[in-house]
Amino acid sequence: MSRQTRLDSKKVNSELLTITYGALVTQMLRDFENVEDVNKQLERLGYNMGMRLIEDFLARTNSPRCLDMRETADKIQLAFRMYLNIQPTISNWAASGDEFSLIFDNNPLVEFVELPTDLSQLRYCSIICGCIRGALEMVQLEVQSWFVQDQLKGDTSTEIRVKFIRRLEDAVPAGED
Amino acid sequence: MAEEALLEYLHSEIVNYILTKENNKENDLSAIEYIGYSTGYRIIERLTRELIRFKDELDTMKFICTDFWTSIYKKQIDNLRTNHQGVYVLQDNAFRFLTHLSSGSQYLEHAPKYVAFTCGIIRGSLANLGITSTVTAEVQTMPSCKFHIQVTRT
Repeated sequence: MSRQTRLDSKKVNSELLTITYGALVTQMLRDFENVEDVNKQLERLGYNMGMRLIEDFLARTNSPRCLDMRETADKIQLAFRMYLNIQPTISNWAASGDEFSLIFDNNPLVEFVELPTDLSQLRYCSIICGCIRGALEMVQLEVQSWFVQDQLKGDTSTEIRVKFIRRLEDAVPAGED
Repeated sequence: MAEEALLEYLHSEIVNYILTKENNKENDLSAIEYIGYSTGYRIIERLTRELIRFKDELDTMKFICTDFWTSIYKKQIDNLRTNHQGVYVLQDNAFRFLTHLSSGSQYLEHAPKYVAFTCGIIRGSLANLGITSTVTAEVQTMPSCKFHIQVTRT
């Protein structure tokens, strides 16, 4: 006697990720008194994940090396579609072409999340910025990435800014800084 | 499936984070278990929202072994045993968080870190379904894993 499967496994997966991440952030808020430290930890965790995710991404997509930031932006967009099932819009290019924004209408990581007022300094999704930075570092691109707008703080959409810093010469072994 | 990789990486970062915390000198896994607990407690509420009430404890366990396990770990539990007195043993012969680590007994000493989260998930889920329990895991050869559930009777 087998029950018919009544659970949508794709949905469950994304909810599980959201909830697990929430539990982790909660744990960190207990561990650190300073919200800024939590932001830093989340970013570092994301960085570690990004370093491993890029391998998975390259293996699945067979992507060649990106020659300019526009290609990179497209690849990042593709990665978001693959891993989080969302498609951010790329916009707000800087005139020099080395800075752009990823705009999210919705973000699976913040589903079921509400930020209490005393945590207004918390950058809940710092992990995403870390992922981007870690992943790009593995393909010899040093970037900075940060939040400009955040739905959790009352903005209408979430915006992550990515800025190209420099091209890393000869892979330096990655370590923690 | 690509999005599954994400959970695996997040999971190993959680393990890594908890074990490298400054005040965690004795490899205390309880924080990992607790993260699992609160995850399980919340996810089960969403999963069972539209289901009819389970007949009894065994029925609940069967749900955990089939639907629940499939949606989280992409396979069913391979073997469920019980003594009908509140002890259940769930055996997974290819536990997802261990399959990429090793097969055999190499790295066996690291296995407990990677099953603590799941022990928590099971305990949290059962707790929200009204069953208080203690869950432990036993790994003899990777990637197979046995979860022992001891239901606490009041």
